Amino acid sequence: MKQIHISINGTRYQVAEHSNLAAVLMHNAIVNRRSVSGEPRMAVCGMGSCGECRVTINQQAHQLACLQQCSEGMEVQCEP
Amino acid sequence: MSLNLVIVGAGPAGLAAAWSASQSKANVILIDQYDQAGGQIWRGGANAAPKRYQHLFAQQTKLRYLNKSHVLGANDDHLFLATPNGPQQLAFDRLILANGARELFLPFPGWTLPKVLGVGGLQALVKGDLQIAGKNVVVAGSGPLLVAVASQLKQRGAIVKALVEQAPLGQLLGFGRSLAGYPSKIMQAAQSLASLRNTPFYPNTWVVAAEGNGAVQQVRLSNHHSIECDYLACGWGLIANTELAQQLGCTLKHGSVLVDRSQQTSVNHIYAAGELTGIGGEDKAIIEGQIAGFAATGNYHAASQLAHKQAQARQFSQQLATRFALRPELKQLAQANTLVCRCEDVPFEQLQTQPSWRNAKLQTRCGMGMCQGRVCSGATQYLFGWGQDSVRFPIHPVSVADLLMESI
Repeated sequence: MKQIHISINGTRYQVAEHSNLAAVLMHNAIVNRRSVSGEPRMAVCGMGSCGECRVTINQQAHQLACLQQCSEGMEVQCEP
Repeated sequence: MSLNLVIVGAGPAGLAAAWSASQSKANVILIDQYDQAGGQIWRGGANAAPKRYQHLFAQQTKLRYLNKSHVLGANDDHLFLATPNGPQQLAFDRLILANGARELFLPFPGWTLPKVLGVGGLQALVKGDLQIAGKNVVVAGSGPLLVAVASQLKQRGAIVKALVEQAPLGQLLGFGRSLAGYPSKIMQAAQSLASLRNTPFYPNTWVVAAEGNGAVQQVRLSNHHSIECDYLACGWGLIANTELAQQLGCTLKHGSVLVDRSQQTSVNHIYAAGELTGIGGEDKAIIEGQIAGFAATGNYHAASQLAHKQAQARQFSQQLATRFALRPELKQLAQANTLVCRCEDVPFEQLQTQPSWRNAKLQTRCGMGMCQGRVCSGATQYLFGWGQDSVRFPIHPVSVADLLMESI
């Protein structure tokens, strides 16, 4: 499978092209967001309903990682 | 002028409807929020679907596929969409709703920890290349999806530490016997069960807590077992995505969209098929989708030919609802400080005193966050018996730029 590079929180990752972004974040144990009381959260429903996996992609906030396929040069920012 | 038929949802029901409708002269527009068609069952695009549906996407057909598009709302003859190219209004003469179901999540201590997911949730991520080989997984909750997913996870090299089903064994055996009329389902079940013969199976058992530092590390069960794991996949069955149908004024019954034999809803020119009309899986979705596609394009003869299979599929759906009915003990899982609404972090104790869903929203912000109640409305319906009283525009969160009808 073709490998591509994406950036997550400024770090470069090599991933399979078209892999699901929420899957990549979970595999690397990267927290997607912080809840309103500060809890770390990652993907739950995997199908665009729960919104727990939302991240900033290419400067666009509130994108659901579970609905996104990784593409070359994608820049992903999660809440610290 | 040809009939404009719009189909919402490109899973098995939506694709089957599109196929039937493509036998007519209608202009068919298929909408889905994901980039590829196929829905959750045929995830991975139309290539994962049966051949006849793949042909739909050949360029010669009159099918238009609007992907990555969310339906924000609707009136009698228009849908309002958020698409990658900005907002769009879409006129329809007939509408087929095939926008499926989501998992039911019930709150228990630790359910908001990272790596606690839905059963379908983990399945979706694994289909999206999540590396699961060598990982310890507990699959828990209720429904036939547990067995199917546990089997798929094993095939990909996961170590399924336990399969935990809340339904009592007697009910499960009853369900097994009821499959006698569905040879294809018996085959599926037999294959899945064969691959799980060395997996610990706990019927009549449920997760009482997930524990861990930063992510789940251990699961406690009602039978006093504790199991270490890297992932907990926990889902309590499926609930239909009825929001759009409700906004269109379609009558619901027991959480499903009410339809007649031609899959027509209580609103004349609107049809519904698949999980929306009662959770029943792939076969029911395909039959109902086919019927809806024929009926919506005036081919009532073809639709009536499928009546027998439709009746069978609906019986199976009834069996599912009865055999996997949720036990009352699950209402006791949430502790005072267990979050019920995970968007706004509203704990159980704040909701206990509320008289209704509306009050809970106004007083605690439960259901007011990103998911707009998609997760917690199912839970509060089960825990407190609350129902949603109205569904307002927009159904799906949208940027202000899209509402202003401007692309960024």
